[in-house]
Amino acid sequence: MAFRDDVRRIRAIAWKDLTTERRSKAGFNSVAALGVTILVLFGFALGPDAQALREAAPGALWLSALFAGVLAFNRSYQVELESGALDQLLQYPGSRWVIYVGKLAANSIFVGLMLVIVVTAGIALFQIRIPAAWPSLIGVLVLGAVGLVVLGTFYAAMASRSRAREVLLPLLLFPMLVPVLLAAMSASKALLNGDMMHEAGAWVKLLTAYDVIFLIATLLAFEYVIEV
Amino acid sequence: MTAVAHPIDVPRSGRWTLFGVVAFAVLIFTQVFAFVTSPPDANMGQLEKIMYVHVPAAWIMFVCFVIVMVYSLRFLWKGREEDDLLAAAAAEVGATFNGLTLVLGMLWGKPAWGVWWAWDARLTSTLVLFLVFVGYLALRAFVDDPQRRGQWSAAVGILGAINVPIVWMSVTWWRTLHQTPSSAQTMAPAYLAGLWTNAVAFLLIMIYFIRRRYEAACLIRAAEHAAQATALGGLE
Amino acid sequence: MATVQSELAIEAHGVARRFGARWVLRGITLELRPGEIVGLLGSNGSGKTTLLRIFGTLLKPSAGTARIYGHDIVREPNDVREDLGFLAHTPGLYDDLTARENLRFAAEMLGQPVGANLDAALERVGLTHVTNERVRGFSAGMQRRLALARLLLRRPRLLLLDEPYSNLDSAGIALMNSIIVEAGHAGGGALVVLHELAPAAGVLDRTITIVNGRVAESAPAPAPRVRIVAGAG
Repeated sequence: MAFRDDVRRIRAIAWKDLTTERRSKAGFNSVAALGVTILVLFGFALGPDAQALREAAPGALWLSALFAGVLAFNRSYQVELESGALDQLLQYPGSRWVIYVGKLAANSIFVGLMLVIVVTAGIALFQIRIPAAWPSLIGVLVLGAVGLVVLGTFYAAMASRSRAREVLLPLLLFPMLVPVLLAAMSASKALLNGDMMHEAGAWVKLLTAYDVIFLIATLLAFEYVIEV
Repeated sequence: MTAVAHPIDVPRSGRWTLFGVVAFAVLIFTQVFAFVTSPPDANMGQLEKIMYVHVPAAWIMFVCFVIVMVYSLRFLWKGREEDDLLAAAAAEVGATFNGLTLVLGMLWGKPAWGVWWAWDARLTSTLVLFLVFVGYLALRAFVDDPQRRGQWSAAVGILGAINVPIVWMSVTWWRTLHQTPSSAQTMAPAYLAGLWTNAVAFLLIMIYFIRRRYEAACLIRAAEHAAQATALGGLE
Repeated sequence: MATVQSELAIEAHGVARRFGARWVLRGITLELRPGEIVGLLGSNGSGKTTLLRIFGTLLKPSAGTARIYGHDIVREPNDVREDLGFLAHTPGLYDDLTARENLRFAAEMLGQPVGANLDAALERVGLTHVTNERVRGFSAGMQRRLALARLLLRRPRLLLLDEPYSNLDSAGIALMNSIIVEAGHAGGGALVVLHELAPAAGVLDRTITIVNGRVAESAPAPAPRVRIVAGAG
């Protein structure tokens, strides 16, 4: 019974986060637009030669998604802080990790949709040739996004409630995400080039291990950072 | 977890001054020993001597990460403020040794590779870990409430320490898979004695630095607790 | 850990709290018996809200202990929350959700059913006409009523109310008082942080005044002695 209650709470939190985001009109559209804008700037920095763009595409895509995503993570706690809703949220019975999982679910959908838009724009802007192994590419996108969302949601629980939140979240997050970025960029690059040397598999294993390790670690640590 | 209400143990530093003297004496000895007994490297000549500070400093950096993790876990488990202060002291000392490793690595690399930075796997990983330390220290700087600062730092410290091997592995793969030559730093046996003895010396220095930093932090907190006692004016 | 079943609703000893270098509470010792309705008075910055938040398990005390119905607020916060109904000064609502959606969210988090009980709560606080309106458009008084409705979803034993009368018209004040009195009758209790005594007159059993982070006086009410306290904070 208790687990059913927890599932109910997770769903309630995820629904609440997504609905407030959807109705606020400021959230998703601007974050997605920002992602595309950053991508365009990368295009200016790295192009216009088609070959150079194709080489740089994985890096530019993931960095654009990262920079735009950082905004999403702070926002997911913003709504709680604006009207003192976090205090109320902490008053409800039950474990703290349901708050975390609910926000993870909402952020995953948010970041996932944003990634779809950014990747679509990227295919055009960076003249990416879609490889035969595109399902694997989608797998890499999913695994990379999970890594991003897990650590982003966790660190934002702290950064959003401290001074200088705009700088603290990237400062904490970006070094920790180096393995995810390296793995996702390298695997994407390999798959886009036909993966002659079967590199992608190793990177995918690293990504998966990273995701699992940090999902467990952050789940365990969340109650210590949200309550205090 | 209980609220922080008990006074802090202010550690006594009598024996530690002696320890510090001994540690520095050992360090001088081992450095001289390494200088004198190790032959010049075939490629790099006397430049190789930097290794006797650069490599032990890197090892100490890792030890500090482990200390941060252990004491962060202890803090979350037991809630003793002393554990948080020790973790923070270890992080500062670790960041210092990390910075030292980086600077020496660059000083070594410029004559050896011709550039200040070649995205060498080890040095790059060290740079990323330096940023992880910086993030930890920045978090502590931005949070005033001691309870919150302790718990948040502990979480960040533990996650950062978990990430150390993963960062190392991923950066190393990134370099090797791209088929670019990495700097070969094979350790000939002639150098090993010098390295190990210096590693021990650096370990002693590290312990001394962490201890001193920890004492300073305890004194500050004890002063704050004394102010608490005054403010409470004798009530329990 | 076994707890001694205390008869007291609130039992606090030497509760103190500092923020940075500033001591807001300097040792609060007080008791609330079941069924008692107590007003907490004090000037701005005297620490009333901080004390309420500590009792509401939102803050840990820097020193001292407190028990709510025998449960230690630091060691057994979940048990404490079962007995509490906390009404903060800021309503803690989601502006982009409707009144009913806010209640629905609260009900799901509380493990309560979702259905007629939501509408009943809205009716009790007089917000039926805005059931499907977004909270963003609500006045401060309406938001407070909605927060009150949320409180009613679960019948808490002890009410902790932080300046509950602000922004309420006379009908709202009467509604708040009726709910407070109900809590008192059910053997629960209420601790009400007040800026002024007037709206709560006739409801309170006694008042406690906080000055400079300490209990300055505990007096039976009604006999509204409005004390002007020069708390240096």
